[in-house]
Amino acid sequence: MLFRFSTTAIDAAGARLELRDAGAGGFVSFEGWVRDHNEGREVIRLEYEAFQQLAVKEGDRIVSEALRRFPIKHALCIHRVGALSLSDMAVWVGVSAVHRGEAFDACRYIIDEVKHRAPIWKKEYYRSGDSGWVNCDHCAAAPHHTALHDPRRHAPG
Amino acid sequence: MQRDKAALPYRGKSQLDRAVELAARHCARVFVSVRPSQVADPLRAAHPLLIDSLPGEGPLVGIRSGLAAFPDVAWLVIACDLPFLSDAALEYLLQQRDPSLMATAFKSAHDGLPEPLCAVWEPAAGAALAGYQAAGGHCPRKFLMRNAPKLLAPLDERALDNINTPAEYAAAHAALDAADLDVMKLQIQYFALMREQAGRSEETIETTAATPADLYGELTARHGFTLQLEQLKVAVNGEFSDWSRPLAAGDAVVFIPPVAGG
Repeated sequence: MLFRFSTTAIDAAGARLELRDAGAGGFVSFEGWVRDHNEGREVIRLEYEAFQQLAVKEGDRIVSEALRRFPIKHALCIHRVGALSLSDMAVWVGVSAVHRGEAFDACRYIIDEVKHRAPIWKKEYYRSGDSGWVNCDHCAAAPHHTALHDPRRHAPG
Repeated sequence: MQRDKAALPYRGKSQLDRAVELAARHCARVFVSVRPSQVADPLRAAHPLLIDSLPGEGPLVGIRSGLAAFPDVAWLVIACDLPFLSDAALEYLLQQRDPSLMATAFKSAHDGLPEPLCAVWEPAAGAALAGYQAAGGHCPRKFLMRNAPKLLAPLDERALDNINTPAEYAAAHAALDAADLDVMKLQIQYFALMREQAGRSEETIETTAATPADLYGELTARHGFTLQLEQLKVAVNGEFSDWSRPLAAGDAVVFIPPVAGG
């Protein structure tokens, strides 16, 4: 399995061991953490929700693409669902490869594509007491499909 | 069958109402042919009536009464006990019609004889029918057999089957239900903002929506979704789908709001 969900804290140390390979000269990982602010608002916690049936398929496709595009050994992505607190790990991506360059590139590719394509949603709870679905609540009146699905528009993770 | 065949219900609608609606999709005006004794029947009286105006009774008198009331127009005559008669069959009949003959009719799939009660009767048939009846004739089928109408092979063997026994009625019901693809059940799952707006994670609905795009319009009217269709993606049966894909009964549909993983 190249992509999976976790309902509890992600075990990054254990996940890293799944990618060990005697032929690999390097390992790169990315961790997305819950940040205390977004778009000028003070965030106190998050909830992640996923359409898991399709998200696992799409996540598997993304990691498979990375394994084809880059000369890497192994790759894995784990995403949290449920309630998360500040500094909790929301997503983990790991890649092992013969050389570091491809490992960095593949890791970047996987996290960017997951943020862009996997049916996963994030609800932010703010210090002010209200809450909102990222990319949905503030954009309901302004349909700009590509901009809304652009992962670079929102920094967290 | 002891019951009034015109009153037999198919999906909550009487066979007569179904036949009138069918004819109205193809004709300028529609009348229900009745004997004078049927004028007060509420089922029939709900429609414009064409009351037998000539001596005798039966379909021949009904057809003659129509041709007498509006002598300059052709009449599409259909029996009201043909539950399988379709728009396609009537379109074909009208397209194939030959106004230079007495009539254009389907022929029975069973015996090849003309079906006078699924036919277009031309104005010229009025006088000929009067002569036929005056000579003692009473059967419109025999009249057609003598008067060389244009005959059409039915498009569908069953199209002209009529219903004469409770068993035939039950079989027609089952066949119509099986053929009915208009109303179907779908499974809908909601996530994130749409789950909150719908007030539920999933539901089973009955719909006539042909595509996911139609379905989103219908569900937005019901649940007040604020996202525009252009902001969404859609999945059918666990895989991303086109908005114009035809939906089928039992499909599982998920609308996908703008995503925010990572």
